[in-house]
Amino acid sequence: MYDSSLRDPDKLATGAMFAQARLSTVFSGRSSHADVLRSDGPLVLRKSNPKGAEPLTHRRTDIARVALAAGTAGPLGGDAYALDVRVGQGSTLLLQEVSAMLVLPGVGGEQSRMTITVNVEAGATFVWWAEPIIAAHRCHHLHDVRINLAADARLVLREEMLLGRHGEEPGDFSSRLRITRDNRALYDQRLSFGPATRGWDGAAVLSGNRAVGSVIVVNPDWSDTPPPAQPYDLSAVCAPLAGPGVAISAVAPDSLALRGLLHDGLNTLGAPWAI
Amino acid sequence: MLDRIAGQQAALLLLADGRLPAGGYAHSGGLEPAVRARRVRDMADLEAFLIGRAETAGLVAAAFTAAVCARAIQGDLSDLPELEAELDARIPAPELRKVSRDLGRQLRRAMQSIHPHEDFVQLGAAPHQPLVMGIAAAALGLHPTAAALAILHENNSGAAAAAAKLMPVDPFNVHAILARMTGRLDELAAYAASFAHEPAADLPSPGSPLADIAAEHHRRSDVRLFAS
Repeated sequence: MYDSSLRDPDKLATGAMFAQARLSTVFSGRSSHADVLRSDGPLVLRKSNPKGAEPLTHRRTDIARVALAAGTAGPLGGDAYALDVRVGQGSTLLLQEVSAMLVLPGVGGEQSRMTITVNVEAGATFVWWAEPIIAAHRCHHLHDVRINLAADARLVLREEMLLGRHGEEPGDFSSRLRITRDNRALYDQRLSFGPATRGWDGAAVLSGNRAVGSVIVVNPDWSDTPPPAQPYDLSAVCAPLAGPGVAISAVAPDSLALRGLLHDGLNTLGAPWAI
Repeated sequence: MLDRIAGQQAALLLLADGRLPAGGYAHSGGLEPAVRARRVRDMADLEAFLIGRAETAGLVAAAFTAAVCARAIQGDLSDLPELEAELDARIPAPELRKVSRDLGRQLRRAMQSIHPHEDFVQLGAAPHQPLVMGIAAAALGLHPTAAALAILHENNSGAAAAAAKLMPVDPFNVHAILARMTGRLDELAAYAASFAHEPAADLPSPGSPLADIAAEHHRRSDVRLFAS
């Protein structure tokens, strides 16, 4: 439900924006549809059509497709956005985005936050085919994503982060993606870069690359035999997690190269994941 | 923090010493694949590599070491399975999970002989290195901050020592990097230990994508000096 307590009057005075959007899907017996589609200010949720090739759900008409669009520029420093997603029992949701998200600085250098929580219920499938997040110069942003999967739920998601716009040094950016399955940790990675972080430009982390991302696939059918590790490029790997999932991880000089590497990795998994 | 370390300096030096016969010498901490991929070519690259590693995988290892040390001191290791799962979730590369468990098994074997303690028995067949280090530290009377510093220093100096075998370097310059990093390692150890009493799910999880990618390439390399 809409929670007005999140609107902190002190912060509103600086022009900061608070938003809490909600999305929920149900399975009717034949198809899935969104039963809650609550947009809020900058977070605009719309039923949508396929944008292009999709893993797992390509050309399917019995799934719920929703696009997240930006109602305003941002987030800007000081803004706090929250998106709450429930993929109801047995339903399939494809969540996509209309455009990349550009994270911008606020007036006084305050931190902006985007908090996304997803609950994927029993027998449900969540395909999150997001567009890149661009960390603009002098931004200060925390992107926090928590996904809990039921033991037999499926997931495929793409996350891409770009270090600044073209020819621009990135601001301070930190992104955490935590996936639990049956309330047990499966994947938890936080990536930070920007002037306040040390060592991110070194050979252990990004080594001068301007784009970094991953594709995470969780498939309960892999409980016995997860796909083998495949370092299919010098800058990318498809690696089995300590559970029925894989993490495809890549770094690249730019967004186009990153997208190519991530999709190459997805395609090593074959049907129905390949696109 | 210094007060908490005072009194156990000798035990801390013992645990953090690269000469502790626990197999660490066989690993370059990802430096060999980074040199081979030509991502580390000079001393500046080496320093950035070591800093990036300490801030990511080093911090994760330190936080889990401190957490286990705190639990061992309190005599409650009941959430070890959860700590194992949380650490697995923070190491996406299967090769690095294996390395961590190999080093953990060797450290336990060494410490069970060097300084036996019943808590070692509570660890599974192939425990992660930080979990063993946490128990070893507590068994030696160390506090969580010292435990975190021990694994940070051991991992960092091990990777730095490997540089001499992997690239043309002046060993004085390598140790100059280590000297410059000492202050930050102290800060990282204190930061890692600040989570020692938190639930396992709340421990830090900084990732290092290129270390994960390089580790899987390294495993498939035919000619290599170091196991990782």
